[in-house]
Amino acid sequence: MRLTKRHLWTGIGGLGVLGVGLAVAAWIVYEPEIPKVPRPDPRMFSSETIKRGEQLATAGDCIVCHTADNGPAFAGSRPLATPFGVLYSNNITPDEQTGIGNWSAAAFRRAVKFGVGRDGTHLYPALPYEHFIRVKDDDLDAIYAFLMTREAVSKIAPPNELLPGLGIRQSLAGWKLLFLHDSREVVDEARSTEWNRGKYLVDGLAHCGACHTPRNLLGGEEWGREFGGGVAEGWNAPPLDKSNPSAARWDVETLVKYLSTGTDTAHSTAAGPMGPVTEGLSRLNKADVHAIAVYIDSVMHPDRTGSPVVNAEPEGVDDKATGSEAAALFQGACAGCHDPASPMAVRGRPPLSGTSDLNSNDPRNAVQAVLQGIKAPVGSNAPYMPSFADNLTDRQIADLLDYARTRFTQNQPWAELERTVHGIRKENQQ
Amino acid sequence: MTLSIVVNGKDHEVASDPDTPLLYVLRDELELNGAKYGCGLGQCGACTVHIENKAVFSCLTPVGAIGDRWVRTLEGLGSIDSPSILQKAFQDEQAAQCGYCIAGMIMRAQALLEKNPKPTDDEIREHMQPNLCRCGTHSRILRAIRRASDVMSKEG
Amino acid sequence: MVGNITRRSFLAASGIAVAFSLTRPALAQLAGGGEGGPGPAVVAPGLPGSLKSWPYLDAWIQLDNAGKATVFSGKAELGQGIKTALLQVAAEELDLPPRDVTLVTVDTLRTPDEGLTAGSHSMQDGGTAIRNAAANVRMLLLRQAAIVLNTDVDSLITTGAGTIVSNDGKTIGYGQIAGSLTLHVQAIADAPLRSKPQFRTMGHNLPRVDIPAKTTGGAAFIHDMRLPGMLHARVLRGPSEGTRLSLPSADEIEAMPGVFKYVRNGDFAAILAEREWDAIKAMRTLQSAPYELTRAPFPHGSVDETLKALPWRDIVILDTDAVVANPVKSVAQKYSRHWISHGSIGPSCAIAWLNDDLLTIWTHSQGTFDVRRVASELLGRPIEKIRAIHAEGAGCYGQNGADDVAAEAAMLAMAVPGRPVRLQWMREQEFGWEPLGPGMVTEVDAAIDSNSRIVRWNYGVWSNPHNNRPVGAGGVLIGNEVQPPFQPPEGKPIPMPEGDGSRNSNPLYALPNMHVVYHFIKDMPIRVSALRSLGAHLNVFSIESTFDELALAGGIDPLDLRLNHMEDERARNVMQTAAANFGWRKRQKTKPLQGFGMAFARYKNLGAYCAICMEITVERDTGLITVQRVQAATDCGEIVSPNGVQNQVEGAIIQSLSWCVHEAAMNDGTIRTTFDWSAYPILRFIEVPRKIDVTVVEQPGQPFLGVAECGQGPTSAALANALADATGVRFTHMPLTPDKVRAAIVTF
Repeated sequence: MRLTKRHLWTGIGGLGVLGVGLAVAAWIVYEPEIPKVPRPDPRMFSSETIKRGEQLATAGDCIVCHTADNGPAFAGSRPLATPFGVLYSNNITPDEQTGIGNWSAAAFRRAVKFGVGRDGTHLYPALPYEHFIRVKDDDLDAIYAFLMTREAVSKIAPPNELLPGLGIRQSLAGWKLLFLHDSREVVDEARSTEWNRGKYLVDGLAHCGACHTPRNLLGGEEWGREFGGGVAEGWNAPPLDKSNPSAARWDVETLVKYLSTGTDTAHSTAAGPMGPVTEGLSRLNKADVHAIAVYIDSVMHPDRTGSPVVNAEPEGVDDKATGSEAAALFQGACAGCHDPASPMAVRGRPPLSGTSDLNSNDPRNAVQAVLQGIKAPVGSNAPYMPSFADNLTDRQIADLLDYARTRFTQNQPWAELERTVHGIRKENQQ
Repeated sequence: MTLSIVVNGKDHEVASDPDTPLLYVLRDELELNGAKYGCGLGQCGACTVHIENKAVFSCLTPVGAIGDRWVRTLEGLGSIDSPSILQKAFQDEQAAQCGYCIAGMIMRAQALLEKNPKPTDDEIREHMQPNLCRCGTHSRILRAIRRASDVMSKEG
Repeated sequence: MVGNITRRSFLAASGIAVAFSLTRPALAQLAGGGEGGPGPAVVAPGLPGSLKSWPYLDAWIQLDNAGKATVFSGKAELGQGIKTALLQVAAEELDLPPRDVTLVTVDTLRTPDEGLTAGSHSMQDGGTAIRNAAANVRMLLLRQAAIVLNTDVDSLITTGAGTIVSNDGKTIGYGQIAGSLTLHVQAIADAPLRSKPQFRTMGHNLPRVDIPAKTTGGAAFIHDMRLPGMLHARVLRGPSEGTRLSLPSADEIEAMPGVFKYVRNGDFAAILAEREWDAIKAMRTLQSAPYELTRAPFPHGSVDETLKALPWRDIVILDTDAVVANPVKSVAQKYSRHWISHGSIGPSCAIAWLNDDLLTIWTHSQGTFDVRRVASELLGRPIEKIRAIHAEGAGCYGQNGADDVAAEAAMLAMAVPGRPVRLQWMREQEFGWEPLGPGMVTEVDAAIDSNSRIVRWNYGVWSNPHNNRPVGAGGVLIGNEVQPPFQPPEGKPIPMPEGDGSRNSNPLYALPNMHVVYHFIKDMPIRVSALRSLGAHLNVFSIESTFDELALAGGIDPLDLRLNHMEDERARNVMQTAAANFGWRKRQKTKPLQGFGMAFARYKNLGAYCAICMEITVERDTGLITVQRVQAATDCGEIVSPNGVQNQVEGAIIQSLSWCVHEAAMNDGTIRTTFDWSAYPILRFIEVPRKIDVTVVEQPGQPFLGVAECGQGPTSAALANALADATGVRFTHMPLTPDKVRAAIVTF
């Protein structure tokens, strides 16, 4: 084919469009480096600011993601399993070589709100900046003060283990275009100050939606489905809106109890990734916990008029009803803790009949509780459940859960339970 | 009703009901002393045995669930006249005060060394975390495990 | 030794069954550290140790024709290694190889009554008795050999192999002389003892005789006993002291699957089954019945509020006055420790068997002779028809449920003559019903002069009695439950110098002005009894914490403040030894929130000396403490087993750290709410110190001092001092949980 002038102009035009496109892309992707500053002297921050920052960081639960198991606080290296691979958190102690010791307050704010590191690299949205963008600057400055007064720890995170192709950070700029929306705080005058405070915390620092909102294939929260439920590290984060199957049994008081202690009799104990969340919230001041509860309660019960049916325990069918083999399994493996009159039940630990996980349409969390158990922090007196992965087979776990669901709830049995158990066990092993 | 289980390489006909935790079958029917009742709740590890080389709580494993998976107890590691490397390490370090937790400790440690013959000190501590000792024998237990690891590494 | 015992074997064991009559207790001997009853009567005051009460040699030692010895001790193996240590002592003074010596621990039919195995008295009283008895026997053997060999006794020596040789080569074995030697003679007080340069066994590390079985699955515990026809029992009680279960009718219960028999007397109820699991399942079903509360609400405010709301009487411990310089700096502090659980890893267990009109009780109680007395009173049965034998349990660290379970098993055995009954408490029953270590409060007001000399020392300690060890049926749960019930005895303080809540409230330091008062609180709102070191844990914590505060106020090194006020040479020595081995004088902070602390005490001012130096780091954001290293120095007099001493002190350090940082037995006003390990966490592997070293100071020729409890006070105190050094915050109310520590330091 002969090159004609038209080809030439098309080619130049194409190149031009490409050039402009690249320029635009570069403009989107490119973030300038913010120069290093000398590590701030901890004494320059007032103690009120540090205290305020400590509480805000507690609401944000920074310590959980930014601390490895039994590792030094805030020094990073905790693996976070995502559908895109495993990411390791950064060191946010004031260490100058391996942490954020030379970051200015402006650099810190930009990182948290816009997901851009001091040197201009894009950060993966494992850091939930689509939520943190809503945090006020002076709150971020308080958190900055708090972090800068932590112990500097030298620790470098292992390299991320992402699926091939996703290691290109520049692509995050595109992601942000789609999912990072500049949201200023909107105060709803019709609601109380406390409700607004709760909304501010929940939408921002507490980033509840990061787990409790479904995500699309690109990993962004689904627009319009806020609090519709999600999955985090293999566990379901139940919906917090009115589609929550236990909505009738939650109210502000039970939410406060659950969030600040990790357990409420009408529900069960925070398990999986929710465990560390409630451990953290146990250190948050009562007023803020209450505000969070007030807001979540309103999301869950937009039309509630009467009082909540808080103490309603679904009546299960009479005991030992289902298959004697499963009953035998339950008696030998579970009853010591989970019999309705067990020592733990006598002390007000949640009965299985009220457990949200056992009542849920999706058996995932119940399966995970049996496979992984429920950990308690070192030295804490929070409830603890051992793991049964090594002593029970998939079939046995399925039989047990089926038995428990039938005996303690009024819900239909879960389908394909053994296959589900098998699949989740395999997931956990990866 | 009789069940059949394999314990320490031997077949056993078991008369206990299938819901009976393995712990009581081992102790009362098979008259094995290693696994002990500490809590029956999976919190202390005194009952630790192996099911197919995984350390498990025998107090929470109904005997009917074992099937043909093999079970190993402390007695299956070695005897008083011929102790295993790990058992001997515990003896050489005098790693016991009352000794009630020790059978569980040895079984838990054995599972680690079979999977990871040269663990770091932190790995040992983390692995042993589910097992409780009230007398405070922990540092000797850690030394015994380290000692056994050293011996096992030399032997290749 | 336990195992598959047949009736024939245990009766035939030694051949000679010596009966010991129950003499009426005469003087307050303070055997067992003043705990329990007054102890066995003193009949030979000039003899050392328990020989005072049992002066005849054949009560302690018997020799057979093969030259092997059986030694009888009234003490019990609790996991502290005493069985091996006493064996070493006996073997040493008899000059026999350890394998030729069998040690029989407390058995009311065969051994002397040495009171409780408690109060760190086993080596002091039991070890001393055995040592001297054995020395007496060796002396008699030499004399007899001289006669038989027709030679001068001074020309004979023992060889260590069970033989005696003369300097002209004649030899004779112990076995050859044993038949013609009567040991039914009283000991003399000054039989020659072997000395350190001669030691073959004492002072050496003899591997513990019980460890091989424990590491290979041998029968080693009371829990491992299996007797022919044995029934399994479980008690039926509410979830906690202060509750009563409502139970269905006896017919209904006996009709339950697997239930062999139901036993009921007043509020006491239990079931027996052929199979243990059947007993447990039936118990679980019956425990689902409602329970009612049987007593006034439990107090569940702070320890201080609770104790100060109760009436007390003052017991003056120290009241000295001297002219001193003016105080320039003062320290006033309040300290406390919560009620804590013994936390035995193996819940309490007992076996009882009524056979041919003899009721035999196997128990792991520290007071085996008392178990017999309690059963006699409870059952209205003559004491000669009851035998109690100690068999090892899990570590008890004081009075846990062992005595209760022993009495319960005895009652149940009476209901099924001919069949042994094995009763074990469940984990939640142990937590819910066992006596706890009492919560205590102290208040200190101290001051130094311009030379950092302590010129004022006002000290008050509030506590319940710690000594509620059952000596009669009223002291055990079942005794209060049967109809008609036995009344619980009134709580009484243990007088100084042993003390109970007052134990170690009298500083060993030479302070010119000391006003120390024990505010003794008789009313016990929560069931309490002895827990390892009794009041010494909090008293040493308080004294040693205050010393550090005074040192800080005076600007002098904490070690120097202590040395400046300590005249006791052995005390100075352990402090300096620990400090030197730790590198105390060279300590330097190289990390943030790193701290160093030390503490010292002589247990009861009569027992073993212990000094602890500690280095820690604290994590600000979690409040978690990492104990980097602990250096201890212990002086226990003549050392029998160096490794055994180290084992005990290492254990005390770890246990004391756990008490200090984690432990508080809680209630909600109606029932105890700590019921399992999740609700009552204790130290686990991750928190164990990175490094522990125990130096055992050599003191050849000095009397034995028991080490079992010497580390409890100093360790908690050293930790609090290290924390203060690391954080600048003085923590005073145990437990010093991570949350408490974090809250105090997270935002400075």
